[in-house]
Amino acid sequence: MSNLLFSTDHEWVKVEGNVAYIGITDYAQKQLGEIVYVELPEVDDAFEKGDSFGVIESVKAASDAYIPVTGKIVEINEELVDSPQLVNEDAFGNWIVKVEMSDLSELEELMNSQQYEAYCEE
Amino acid sequence: MTEPRKTSLFDVHKNHGGKIIDFSGWSLPVEYDGISAEHEAVRTAAGLFDVSHMGEVEVSGKNAFEFVQYLVTNDISVLEDNQIIYTFMCYPHGGIVDDLLVYRFNKDHYYLVINASNVDKDYQWMLENAKEFEVELKNVSDEVSEMALQGPKAEEILQKLTGTNLSEIKFFYCKRDVNVAGANCMISRTGYTGEDGFEIYLNHRDAVKVWDAIIEAGKEYGIKPAGLGARDTLRFEATLPLYGNEINEDITPLEAGFGMFVKLNKDNFIGKEALAKQKEEGLKRKIVGFEMIDKGIPRHGYPVVADGKEIGFVTTGYLSPTLNKYIGLALVETAYTELGTQLEIQVRKRLMKANVISKRFLQKNYKK
Repeated sequence: MSNLLFSTDHEWVKVEGNVAYIGITDYAQKQLGEIVYVELPEVDDAFEKGDSFGVIESVKAASDAYIPVTGKIVEINEELVDSPQLVNEDAFGNWIVKVEMSDLSELEELMNSQQYEAYCEE
Repeated sequence: MTEPRKTSLFDVHKNHGGKIIDFSGWSLPVEYDGISAEHEAVRTAAGLFDVSHMGEVEVSGKNAFEFVQYLVTNDISVLEDNQIIYTFMCYPHGGIVDDLLVYRFNKDHYYLVINASNVDKDYQWMLENAKEFEVELKNVSDEVSEMALQGPKAEEILQKLTGTNLSEIKFFYCKRDVNVAGANCMISRTGYTGEDGFEIYLNHRDAVKVWDAIIEAGKEYGIKPAGLGARDTLRFEATLPLYGNEINEDITPLEAGFGMFVKLNKDNFIGKEALAKQKEEGLKRKIVGFEMIDKGIPRHGYPVVADGKEIGFVTTGYLSPTLNKYIGLALVETAYTELGTQLEIQVRKRLMKANVISKRFLQKNYKK
């Protein structure tokens, strides 16, 4: 977890060059409860930081997932279509989308793991 | 905003790992282990719910019968002592004030169980309409704890804790002054899950003791404490309406598909004229069941589209835990209510295909 960055919307970001793997945090999956459906964007969809890039649905509610960096979707995790519960089982091990970032300076606004832990305790 | 209220069982919920939310001004658990597991426990064994947020109003006096008969749409003249009836209270225009249970203790004494979110509104409505009657109304909501033990093992579990022969309490009957685990309770064979089970009314001071005793007695059967999440998926699968979803002040009981609880042949009651007229003229819209053809979860409020226009909205929808299907209820124009009619549900930006199916999603498992 120490190599991840975090958003205030409870997404995590793992950076590899100019590509970011994005998922939701363990805290977020616990808050949502059992995830039964993940609505993914399409490859090549472009998003501005803070846009909803997908929807995560628990038994009781649908929640938007907000993208923490501006960019273009280069890959989606298709496994989540049939096995959305993977996000509950291992939130940090199951990325949702891979994004080609267009503004790397946005990463500076994200939290590191200590900052995120403190944020969750607030 | 005022702080949400706590029931007598609040600490128990925390200790069971309940995820607490604010529901209609009450701090209550939405789930403990997970909605599906709790749902499954109720369908196959038993679940225990804290429903202390529900409201209770006692009606007594010389005109109690006449008043309640005027207030509600169902015919309470069929009730024996200790029998219960499900009914609506309507406005003069036919929209619904609330749905409720009426317990008849005797001809001059009734107990009305109403929704938490409507307690103040309902009580006010009752007071306004009681002026012509010799009755005494008492809102006892704050004095009563209530829990619901639901599921096929409910009777066996509760029987371990009481000397009263529970098999003698028939479906939609109640018994007062029942000793459960040393506490004085009223028990009724009622619920909101489509399963057999009991609702238990008692004093706040006994709530924790009775809750703990039921959980302990139910262990060998696989009982689980169950939260509001499972309460909603269970009642939905059983096609039991939720105020604010299937029914509200703009929807009549006839549109909601509950005409069997509206007795137009009884003497005057509030809303009778409007409902009789609606029945005579025919319904313009009705609640239907539907199943998604495309994969998507229909949620409350999503628009329903057919022939390129909006023809209604989803009242409740889920990935049904018992059936593992994406199903829902929707209030739509009558022209689109035949079984097999193809509809589209607007799930966010996408239109997804669905078919009208029977609202009887599953067989109710009542012990009658």
